[in-house]
Amino acid sequence: MELTTVWFVLIAVLWTGYFCLEGFDFGVGMLFPVLGRSEERRRVLLNTIGPVWDGNEVWLLTAGGATFAAFPHWYATLFSGFYLPLLLILLALIVRALGFEYRHKRNDDQWRRRWDAAIVVGSAVPAFLWGVAFTNIVRGVPIDADKEFTGSLLTLLNPIALLGGLATLTVFLLHGLLFVALKTDGEIRSDARALATRVGWVAAGLGVALLVILGSDRGGAASLTTSVLAAGALLAALASNARGREGWAFTGTFIGIALVVASLFLMLFPDVMPSSTNAAWSLTVDNAASSAKTLGIMTWVGVLFLPIVLLYQGFTYWTFRKRISTHHIPPATDERDWAPSGAGLR
Amino acid sequence: MELDLARWQFAITTVYHFLFVPVTIGLSAFVAGFHTAYLRSRNPAHLRLSKFLGKLFTINFALGLVTGIVQEFQFGMNWSDYSRFVGDIFGAPLAIEALLAFFLESTFLGLWIFGWGRIPEKLHVASIWIVHIGTLLSAYFILAANSFMQHPVGYRLNPQTGRAELTDFVAVLTNKVQLVTFPHTAFAAYLAGAALVLGVCMWHLHQRRVEDDLPMYRTGARIGAIVLLIAGAGVAISGDQQGKVMTEVQPVKMAAAEALYDTQKSAPFSIVTVSSLDGQQEKVAITVPKLLSFLGTGDFNGTIHGINDLERAYQQKYESDPLTRAQTYTPTLPLTYWSFRLMIGIGMSSMLVAVLALWTLRRGSSAPARARWWPWAAVGVTLMPVLGNAFGWIFTETGRQPWLVFGLFTTKSGVSPGVSAAEVATSLIAFTALYAVLAVIEVRLTLRYARAGAEPLKKPDESTADSDDDRLQFAY
Ligand code: HDD
Ligand code: HEM
Ligand code: HEM
Repeated sequence: MELTTVWFVLIAVLWTGYFCLEGFDFGVGMLFPVLGRSEERRRVLLNTIGPVWDGNEVWLLTAGGATFAAFPHWYATLFSGFYLPLLLILLALIVRALGFEYRHKRNDDQWRRRWDAAIVVGSAVPAFLWGVAFTNIVRGVPIDADKEFTGSLLTLLNPIALLGGLATLTVFLLHGLLFVALKTDGEIRSDARALATRVGWVAAGLGVALLVILGSDRGGAASLTTSVLAAGALLAALASNARGREGWAFTGTFIGIALVVASLFLMLFPDVMPSSTNAAWSLTVDNAASSAKTLGIMTWVGVLFLPIVLLYQGFTYWTFRKRISTHHIPPATDERDWAPSGAGLR
Repeated sequence: MELDLARWQFAITTVYHFLFVPVTIGLSAFVAGFHTAYLRSRNPAHLRLSKFLGKLFTINFALGLVTGIVQEFQFGMNWSDYSRFVGDIFGAPLAIEALLAFFLESTFLGLWIFGWGRIPEKLHVASIWIVHIGTLLSAYFILAANSFMQHPVGYRLNPQTGRAELTDFVAVLTNKVQLVTFPHTAFAAYLAGAALVLGVCMWHLHQRRVEDDLPMYRTGARIGAIVLLIAGAGVAISGDQQGKVMTEVQPVKMAAAEALYDTQKSAPFSIVTVSSLDGQQEKVAITVPKLLSFLGTGDFNGTIHGINDLERAYQQKYESDPLTRAQTYTPTLPLTYWSFRLMIGIGMSSMLVAVLALWTLRRGSSAPARARWWPWAAVGVTLMPVLGNAFGWIFTETGRQPWLVFGLFTTKSGVSPGVSAAEVATSLIAFTALYAVLAVIEVRLTLRYARAGAEPLKKPDESTADSDDDRLQFAY
């Protein structure tokens, strides 16, 4: 295989890792108002993802960095072209991450309510906008001969892209629900399962609709296969959930999301950003790539270190595998509980 | 217009990121060190210090993390032509940083924060050390990228594509600028971490809220002060070497640091100059004879090139090619002159506080730090190295102007052609406003936890892993 193809595959793998992993923590974040009806339940939700969410997000950073190294033109066109949506995503990721990390630092209802809002909005916005972005990437956007994006924000907010956004939003919601069902115990677990059935049909429906629309435009035999398998995996997840097999259900959405990403990248190849202005101006794995030297070095680094990352990330999931329920949650504390009198900042 | 906005945005977001980074690098070493000490000594004070500093660390880390995410995408957003030009060389360290360092930091920090009572103690301590190693790796790779911008090596220009292409990756990673920049930055980060430990412990020694805790804070303050002095010496030595490399590869930056107009042998080092910096009329100037020559060349009689000569030479060399043409090849002088002095002046002042603190704490138990100036010194010492770091970077990066990659690629040619000034303005306002709010939140939170002091231990921490029905020892 050519190195450019290897890197196309590796970048697809990085995005797959990102969506399969951060997908469920987006879901958990969006579920705060729905499943987290009491403070204790919200803390259960928070603690299911507490130790792992940052590691999940690093898949995005690696995908970004790897795109910069392997396909500089792709990195440049994509992030300067999709400027405002990316800005929104970044702002959302900032407030969401601080919500996770700062919410428990003060035992104060108003403080918590504000961070809860940050978590919900900060999870929903990227869950939606990544769908919008990828739909546009696959369908093609206006790009000129200099590889510059020439559209506007409105070009990006077309109906099909909005459908793509809804698809990722609901699929991540489902993924999050199944994760909560797998990781918690008690009422919250059964609530998550019940809700997953209802959300699941919408998510599967939107996901399949997106794959059909994109596939009819850019699909081939390979992407058709993965799309069908993706639909199968999502349906299997719903069926497993209905029968109370939470492990299988979560595995189903995990594989389903991986197959959706695989389908999108198969539809793209060998383009990385097709131009809707003139097909000859599309960015492809060849004309967007770095030199063979860089690709070669990066291949070694990737092949050596990605497995190690998977090992230790797997190890954290194993370490924190136990289900959590409300009675595991210690009482909320903050520094006022131990500060000697007069030391606090009032 | 778009260029100016993009530069402001880069400067604000990067300097902001770098307020938190040195503290993260430095403090993680202390958290790890005290946790290790507890493992060996079983002295509860060590564990309490580790947990206490750990809280300050996580508050700070969170902000370093979120501002780092922005950095990763900024090159594509605002500097797309630069990304195209240099992605081959610059992208690789960035990607490797994410793969090698960020995964380590984030995963093992999660293990350390949530690991109380859930993982074996030795693994727990190892986790926080791995986090620290991750922060250093992170610094190494990002600085390699930056060093390429200061002094490009290991590349060739491809005339067909107009891009810089990688020829020797090892050369990029062992750039001579990198080999002096990394130690200097690492020492400056330990300086920042140590100063925070010293400052917080000094403050508690002054407050004396809990008599029994004083020995613990005295331990913290002593160790903080000693590390601070060692790191300070490291900063000075590595900074001196950096000055020599800089004089060699970017002579104009050294001239700009001193506002030295005319080439001079045995050049003096100016401590302050009051008057216009345009070199015409110096009114009051305090100088140390021959020191600049020594700093730049290692020889008190060495020659330091002046701005006038260099500007003329650069114009001849670079004027003909549109990629390298610029109005002037001299950076903004007041900025470089003052940021260089403030880096050294404010940063090194922290060493004075450390010496004072050690002197005050030298005798046994009851030498209380009751003096009026003591809490001010405590607050001051925590801020000094952070400011020193910021000024150092402002010097380094503005001193490189008008170049993005020195001698190769100007800043004005790097900006994104497809992005409008309105878009950049939007993101500039959005980031600045959000960052301002976050600064208030983070500072208040840090102050709360710093003032509250080390949490008393609740129960013996050796308790084995929790059984199914137990509450978690730690939860968000
Ligand atoms: C607390 C922080 C701090 C302190 C006390 C110092 N520095 Fe520094 N300095 C930095 C923090 C810093 C930095 C981390 O901000 C920089 C920016 C880029 C770099 O490599 O380190 C820097 C850059 C920097 C550069 C520019 C390198 C370049 O642009 O290529 C020089 C020449 C020095 N330093 C020299 C010194 C000397 C001679 C010092 C004292 C004797 C000194 N620094 C103290
Ligand atoms: C090692 C990683 C770094 C890289 C790759 C990098 C790269 C850049 C780039 C691309 C610019 C834009 C050009 C411009 O605005 O003029 C820039 C400017 C700047 N950077 Fe850095 N930088 C790095 C580290 C830092 C750090 C850590 C700081 C400060 C804490 C910093 C401070 C600045 C400032 C102040 C400017 C504005 C200079 C000016 O506009 O005159 N940089 N840097
Ligand atoms: C301008 C270029 C820079 C980029 C693209 C960048 C990128 C990032 C990113 C994405 C993170 C978050 C990692 C996470 O999710 O855990 C981060 C954090 C960090 N960065 Fe930067 N950074 C830059 C400049 C620097 C510099 C110059 C240094 C060191 C000298 C540095 C050191 C660190 C460290 C130690 C962390 C981890 C600790 C923390 O989050 O506070 N960064 N950076």
